[in-house]
Amino acid sequence: MTGTAASRVAVDSQRTDLVVAAAAVAAIGAWLWAFLATDRVGVLATLLAVAAVAFVLAQRAAPRYRRALTARPRVATSLVVLVVCAVAAALRDQSYPLLMLCTVLLFVVACVGLDIQIGHCGIVNFAGAAFFGTGAYTAAVLAARGVPHLAVIAAGGVVAALVGSLLILPVLRTRGYYAALVTIAFGILFSTFLEVNDALGGPQGLKLHGIDLFGWKLNRDVTLGGSTASFYVNYFVLSLALAVAAFVFARRVERSWLGLAFDAVRLDEIAAATFGIGVARAKIVAFTLGNLLCGIAGAVYAMMQGFIAPNNFTFGESLILVSIVILGGIGNPLGILPAALIIVVVPQKLQFIQEYRFLLYGVLVVLILLFRPEGLLPRRIREYFPGSAA
Amino acid sequence: MTAAGETANGPTRDTAAAPLLACAKLTMRFGGLVALDALDLHVVRGEILGLIGPNGSGKTTFFNVLTGLYRASGGRIAFAGRDITGLAPQAVYRAGIARTFQRSRLCLPLTVFDNVMIGNHLRLSRGTGFNVFRRRALRRQYEESVEAARALAVIFNPQLAARLFDAAGALDMIDRRRVEICRALVNAPRLLLLDEPSAGMTRGETRELMDDILQVRAARPALTIVIIEHEMNVIERMTQRCVVLNYGRKIAEGPFRAVAAERGVQEAYLGQVVA
Repeated sequence: MTGTAASRVAVDSQRTDLVVAAAAVAAIGAWLWAFLATDRVGVLATLLAVAAVAFVLAQRAAPRYRRALTARPRVATSLVVLVVCAVAAALRDQSYPLLMLCTVLLFVVACVGLDIQIGHCGIVNFAGAAFFGTGAYTAAVLAARGVPHLAVIAAGGVVAALVGSLLILPVLRTRGYYAALVTIAFGILFSTFLEVNDALGGPQGLKLHGIDLFGWKLNRDVTLGGSTASFYVNYFVLSLALAVAAFVFARRVERSWLGLAFDAVRLDEIAAATFGIGVARAKIVAFTLGNLLCGIAGAVYAMMQGFIAPNNFTFGESLILVSIVILGGIGNPLGILPAALIIVVVPQKLQFIQEYRFLLYGVLVVLILLFRPEGLLPRRIREYFPGSAA
Repeated sequence: MTAAGETANGPTRDTAAAPLLACAKLTMRFGGLVALDALDLHVVRGEILGLIGPNGSGKTTFFNVLTGLYRASGGRIAFAGRDITGLAPQAVYRAGIARTFQRSRLCLPLTVFDNVMIGNHLRLSRGTGFNVFRRRALRRQYEESVEAARALAVIFNPQLAARLFDAAGALDMIDRRRVEICRALVNAPRLLLLDEPSAGMTRGETRELMDDILQVRAARPALTIVIIEHEMNVIERMTQRCVVLNYGRKIAEGPFRAVAAERGVQEAYLGQVVA
């Protein structure tokens, strides 16, 4: 009798935990809506302060409610998707916040890719924007020639991965700082090449049309039951789908033998080689997967923006991508979302700090490295199949 | 006993009488320094060989050359009747040689299970498609691997088996060393190289660890072991035969007691006695 009573109490408390966790996710959604919708500095500052305080206060209670969510991955995922969709619905007639949300989601896709390289395999890639840009320019060139847009998006990823397979050769021959230097050089070369190459529009860049997926024209405003929503809702749906797919992909990579090989290579190349792990192969796979995601994100970004130019893909932009990965928590795809929100949206909201945004990132990264080197949401220990008894 | 993987190299010379490992004139030079000087060394099948000598005598260098981390400047290495000179570390491991390191080279942020699986990597499916999309098959492989890792850890310490999913960094020295040995054993090597397993441990811990190693040997009598040690009582207890190195050269060979009595060996350790 007491046994069943105890188990009933346990089930009840689990249910309560899940409800609390769901309420927390909803609260984050409300915060997100306010954050995206406001254009007043005072409100924005208050929201950021509230978030910081809530983050600090939630540290102790978080593990318990996180367990409630991770124990039911399907419920958790649907909950998050539902809340994000609710936020988008609340913003449906405000183009600019929606555009920002889409940009954040596409940056999340690219940063999840970078995180496979940096956070898992230890290849520090300072040319993220170059691969993002490769995808964007591939999209511009192919779309202008009438290639179906689904193929254009895929090609953006594939071409970025191919370009990456050239860069991997010098990266494999070097280590640590030197490999990072190689990627920096490549990133700078890339934007310089675009500047001087007239076939790709030179400094003026290229124009693109909106995405058309089998007759679903994403640049057409949405009318649902009489009310009209911004066409960015379409892009939001696409970007969200891509972000979720990238997230699931990265999680599966991490929770597999492949992720283990990446970790072994990052932590100790010599030991990895001594136990039969193909170090070069692991690096090539990680680099290719990461660049693929960067390229796909870049292709969609280009078609959403309708216009791309070399100064969208400079070394500075690569630094932004890397700082998102560091801020979010190296190796944890979950941390990338809040980090991308802060890094992408705050400067857009505070137009007067635009000039100083690199200063802001610099200060932010230094603070993070000093006080929370593992990032906002640190990576946790690997569980291949969470919730399984083994 | 059938030896797998040796017929690939044509007619096999791998008979029971031949040594498992034979190095001929093995030389390793770093610039002007000769770390291994035309070393002739063999390891008999199934023995525990002690490799001793003063600091800097070339013991660890020998392991590094053997496992392919260094490329020998000269000489040959034959393992199980097959020439393995100049092979990459991965190929040496595949051939059946596994090692531990003097300074622990575990991946401390990873779990004990993960660390052991690094050694098992050759047997795991490595394809990207398999790992990402065939989750059900992966799960089966994962569950089998957990059992294998647990069975291995239990030989050492039942408590270690219970801590399979703790970070390796949370373990104490002796358990970390055990995990290192598990990682080296999981692929069922034919030759195990132990580089100073007692380093950084108390006497009691050292004794415990050596008991463990002997227990492993009892379970796998075919396993051949080369052990580098500075603790002479460990060498005396564990080994059937010793090789003494000094300045990269073999200065003595034989059972520990006989070797320890040799004047050249004493001089190498204590310096020449000035009359």
